Amino acid sequence: MTYKSETILWLAQRASAALLALCVAVHLVTIVYAVRGGLSAAEILERTRGSSAWFAFYSIFVLAVTVHAPIGLRSVLAEWLRWRGRSRDFALLVFAAFLAWAGMRAVLGVFA
Amino acid sequence: MKVLVKRNEAFQEFEVPREPSQTVLDVVTYIQRRLDPTLAYRYACRVGMCGSCAMMVNDVPRWTCRTHVDKVVHRDRLEIAPLRNLPVIRDLVVDMREFFDKWARAKGEFRGGRSRQDEFEPVRPDAPPRREVDAGIECIGCAVCYAACDVVKWNPDYLGPAALNRAWTLFNDVREKDNLQRLRALAGDAGCHACHSHVSCTERCPKHLSPTRSIAGLKREVAKAALRGDL
Repeated sequence: MTYKSETILWLAQRASAALLALCVAVHLVTIVYAVRGGLSAAEILERTRGSSAWFAFYSIFVLAVTVHAPIGLRSVLAEWLRWRGRSRDFALLVFAAFLAWAGMRAVLGVFA
Repeated sequence: MKVLVKRNEAFQEFEVPREPSQTVLDVVTYIQRRLDPTLAYRYACRVGMCGSCAMMVNDVPRWTCRTHVDKVVHRDRLEIAPLRNLPVIRDLVVDMREFFDKWARAKGEFRGGRSRQDEFEPVRPDAPPRREVDAGIECIGCAVCYAACDVVKWNPDYLGPAALNRAWTLFNDVREKDNLQRLRALAGDAGCHACHSHVSCTERCPKHLSPTRSIAGLKREVAKAALRGDL
């Protein structure tokens, strides 16, 4: 990795963190608000399915996680396990792909 | 008072009398002059200017000449060890080469663009860049921040708080002509973006500087340069 791409990764992590701060807040408030009357899973799905706005919101949430988590993990692996170089970055790409797949699977299941 | 001094990975125990206004450096000097002349340690000015007497005192990096025993002694016991994150030469003496080599790697030397034939560059004391310089310039190079930094421990290539603070003071010097090269040297895995803002350096700096603030400034400037496509 060159110093330029390292800087771009740092920027991407900062930007995704800002996005996550907003997404997590909205997510938590929505959960607390939605279940306060004791909704069943079926009732929740009935309300969420087909909502394109929530679909877009949670897709952005998943994208932010997919960018943010692997970059953070990259430093953790380097500093705590001394794992650097291309093998680490490839493993993190696989991890990012897993996060995107698992996240979007859930989003499609709840909102599509 | 019981004093434990780390020598070759093991602690040696000494009994040192308490004195009024006694500093940790006084304690080490007492041991070397009265109890064990083979003890190696380093100091020069004794008044907090030279930055040579820093050691770990009860697991905290401190300038020993300005650290009063009263403030740090715990249950009449003092534990003194060489600075963390630097190779030990002997007893309490560490090899500072790596620490200062990193200042050079961080482009820690001034490079002006004017010759003696040119006029002086006017520098207003209240100009914002000059204020940034003032906030960081009083570093005495004691390496207390370097010993306090966990990122240095985890990433031995990391330039460290002092070198980055030095780079920030030069970056804000309006006479400086080589700032793009400097930002390139400060980007990357070992540079400013490796800092996790734990603030240990700022917490421990005996001169009450904030390397964390300086590093945050560098992070912004390196990022801006990357976005402009200058890096």
